[in-house]
Amino acid sequence: MDGAHDMGGVAWSGPVIPEPNEPVFHAEWERRAFAITLAMGMPGGWNIDMSRFAREDRPPDDYLGKSYYQIWLAGLERLMLERGLIAPDEVKAGKPLHPAKPVMRKLTPEGVAAMLHRGGPTERESNGPARFASGDRVRAKVIHPPTHTRLPRYVRGHVGMVERVLGCHVFPDSNATGAGENPQWLYTVTFDGRELWGDGSDQGLKVSVDAWEPYLERV
Amino acid sequence: MTDHEHDHHHHDHDHSELSETELRVRALETILTEKGYVDPASLDRLIETYETKVGPRNGARVVARAWSDPDYRSRLIKNATPAIAELGYAGRQGEHIVAVENTPALHNMVVCTLCSCYPWPVLGLPPVWYKSAPYRSKAVKDPRGVLRDFGFELPEATDIRVWDSTAEIRYLVLPMRPKGTEGWSEARLAELVTRDSMIGTGLPKQPNEVN
Repeated sequence: MDGAHDMGGVAWSGPVIPEPNEPVFHAEWERRAFAITLAMGMPGGWNIDMSRFAREDRPPDDYLGKSYYQIWLAGLERLMLERGLIAPDEVKAGKPLHPAKPVMRKLTPEGVAAMLHRGGPTERESNGPARFASGDRVRAKVIHPPTHTRLPRYVRGHVGMVERVLGCHVFPDSNATGAGENPQWLYTVTFDGRELWGDGSDQGLKVSVDAWEPYLERV
Repeated sequence: MTDHEHDHHHHDHDHSELSETELRVRALETILTEKGYVDPASLDRLIETYETKVGPRNGARVVARAWSDPDYRSRLIKNATPAIAELGYAGRQGEHIVAVENTPALHNMVVCTLCSCYPWPVLGLPPVWYKSAPYRSKAVKDPRGVLRDFGFELPEATDIRVWDSTAEIRYLVLPMRPKGTEGWSEARLAELVTRDSMIGTGLPKQPNEVN
């Protein structure tokens, strides 16, 4: 979706302000929000693409007005509400009012290290040959799906070169809607700065995105 | 309104809503715990992991090994995920890692314009600036300007390459080894490796900056 999350190249870029000796978390609630989000993945059963969509699918003022972990929290609440794991009146009341929904799995303290170590690899067996090879010139398609996509706006319609073939990976555009993993070939596609930003661009700039085959067409 | 002002405004905004957010998180944890979906001890374990075990010191060890051992460096550049796993770092948000090497001719910088993708096993959780609108918008358009925000000027003759982490591939920058470190042990070299040098928004420390 064309949301406020898709920030590459937008005009309101100002100075980046690093924080010296920044702590991992800035408040206790951030710690808990982070951990609850990770822990709920197991009983919740959603995937990372559904999580990302739940965070980004909101009006710009909402997305931009929330801090990072406030967005996580809002995304998590939405995923849980959609699945009936919690109800709106419970969030309001701050306590459970309805019976729990049976869940398949729960994260135990002993299971934390294994869960993190396992992660969520996205590479899958290919079900056909890759359409593109390193060195091929490709155009990022002009698409504006209302659903989740990982093709940023600033490359759409622009021509780049396939630099690496990264294997066959879970396709977020399908995975986010529950339509299945639908693995697709994934490529690193590199664009010249001037192709993206015009003649005023830094002469020595190249930018790459990782793009799935359905995002690309041969030039 | 400058971005600096915006930043302050944002903090004030956070502050006024802090208690509300705090209460909401507390309420959620209560609901989820009482419903049996989460175990608070698991939450403690997760927090402890990312506050004390997983962070940029891991990545610094990888870089120092690559600076010291040419064979390791080759393995890292060729296929970073197993090379990094040799040092025991693997898993969530680092399932598929690619290492990109800085040279005098080329400087690499990593961003996630769409969210906050970052190689957790080697760098830990991303800093606030990495997730912020200014970085996510500016890095792909004016990366030299970003470097100036971080206080250094990239030589004109050095090309710049930005890696936007739009898929589940995570990028680790292998910075150049500082001069004057011949004969240093890996442990000593690792002290030079900053988090930002592995994102590409900084350089390693110079020998005279450490003991």
